[in-house]
Amino acid sequence: MTCIEAHSLRKTYGKSVALDGIDLKVEAGRIVGLIGPNGAGKSTALQAMLGLIPFEGRLSVLGLNPWAERDRLMADVCFIADVAVLPRWLRVSQAVDYIAGVHPRFDRAKADGFLARTMIKRTSRIRELSKGMVAQLHLALVMAVDAKLLVLDEPTLGLDILYRKQFYDTLLNDYFDGDRTIVISTHQVDEIQHILTDVVFLDRGRVLLDLSVEAVAARFTEIVSAPGHVSAARSLKPMHERQVFDRSIMIFDGVERDRLVGLGELRTPGLADLFVAMMRGAV
Amino acid sequence: MNHDITTLPWHQTFWWSVRRELWEHRAIWQAPLAVASVILAGFLISTSRLPNAMRAIETTAAAARAADPANARAFTSAAEAAVRSSNAVEAAYSFMTLGVLLCAILVVMFYALGALHGERRDRSILFWKSLPVSDLTTVLAKAFVPLAIAPALVFAIAFVAHLVMLVWSTVVLLVNGLDPGVLLSHLPFPFLWLAMARGLVILTLWYAPVIGWLLLVSVWARRAPILWAIGPLIALAVFERVAFNSTHLMATILGHLAQGAAQAFSVEAKGQVPISELADLDPMHFLGAPGLWMGLTFTAACLVLTARLRRYRDPI
Repeated sequence: MTCIEAHSLRKTYGKSVALDGIDLKVEAGRIVGLIGPNGAGKSTALQAMLGLIPFEGRLSVLGLNPWAERDRLMADVCFIADVAVLPRWLRVSQAVDYIAGVHPRFDRAKADGFLARTMIKRTSRIRELSKGMVAQLHLALVMAVDAKLLVLDEPTLGLDILYRKQFYDTLLNDYFDGDRTIVISTHQVDEIQHILTDVVFLDRGRVLLDLSVEAVAARFTEIVSAPGHVSAARSLKPMHERQVFDRSIMIFDGVERDRLVGLGELRTPGLADLFVAMMRGAV
Repeated sequence: MNHDITTLPWHQTFWWSVRRELWEHRAIWQAPLAVASVILAGFLISTSRLPNAMRAIETTAAAARAADPANARAFTSAAEAAVRSSNAVEAAYSFMTLGVLLCAILVVMFYALGALHGERRDRSILFWKSLPVSDLTTVLAKAFVPLAIAPALVFAIAFVAHLVMLVWSTVVLLVNGLDPGVLLSHLPFPFLWLAMARGLVILTLWYAPVIGWLLLVSVWARRAPILWAIGPLIALAVFERVAFNSTHLMATILGHLAQGAAQAFSVEAKGQVPISELADLDPMHFLGAPGLWMGLTFTAACLVLTARLRRYRDPI
């Protein structure tokens, strides 16, 4: 089943082009990482999927047009934009009451269960909680909704490493069940790459790369070249080369591993390195 | 594709949205309650003078009764004195209503100006929009607070305050060995409460366009909504004056704004004689006022436009 389908998705703000005709297809049950530098169009793409902004082109999320049917769509979609959007005056208990009141798929017992594992007090107002606690609260609220699609836009921005790790662990262990779809955009690529099933690189409103994690591993190889083999490796035309502690690290696109064996340590490049390599190529 | 999107009944979503507003804007009930408490405290102290006032009422009433109707002048002045002293007792009750009402009007105007602006300023609009609540439901809930909750609160608070005042006055009179029946006979209950309820309904309907306009401004203005609430009207009026040498727009708006009290509290809405008896409460004159229906149409247009605009709104 297709969860998100975009054809020539385009969005401009005045003269600046945020999304320049994106084609994208996300199947249900995937965890997709939307990766790109600032201004790449990640947030714009997510906002379009959530019905927060009008757009050009075709976009369907769970079979609905997000812009025309946001309120219906939100019965099946959850999103966390970043930790700052929960209203500061709201009490924890009021947040739970309100969502239980307006959301047909919210399970109060589940939310209570998640909250019981944290230090969050029911009577606290959001403004009294630490940033990490607000993220925990938001995640608990969102996980208590039986949604088909979860959209996370920089969900861990400004959190310390402990909270960030816990955030993604909780998400994976207590929420993801193989049926739900998750779309995440973040700068902290290294922290999410182990949970992703698919990767989409965005740059200046265009899709640079759209592959499953297996396909990335099959297509790209990174070698830490052994001394004496550097020029042999270079002759195979790496897409990118960088120096770390006097050793050349090269990334190859579409070069079979058999041909690289013996030239150095072989491995699959990390997403951050791969992204940098592709950006260099695109410049 | 299978869509088993379940939805909750609309009224449930609406009521929770209204409750949400009251959680956020506690001033809606706190401020009128505070004003009522202050006036009530003042009244309790003033009742030390009540026994004397009651004696004055009885004296002037007796004088009026004893005055010879044939002696027109003496009779008129005695009757006027009686009316004055009884009005002084009644005034405290009207003053309570007025104080709570004015406070609520002020609170409600600021509420409407901020209702759709604040959620964008604190970015919480992204959270609210992540829930399955339509923009129209949200806007209607936000309009419901000034147009229904606030007037009901004014009535409830003033009504309870009146009861407290009555009970306290009765106790004071009994302690001073006076008959509370005299006081009650000079207080026009339940007429005062009926007039209050009717007045609140009329004022709300009459001034609904102001609320509609303020909500529209609050969803539209990026900053300083208070300036946007007044600025465009002045600009239009100036334009009309310069371009056509006429002042219809300003005259229409100011005329409407000035007429609310007359609609609510004067006989036949003429603004001359204040209502004083049950027969004056007939709402036909009010319902026949073209200004009412034009205003309500304008209000509905504002609310629909506000809901449309909220769809495009993101944090500022």
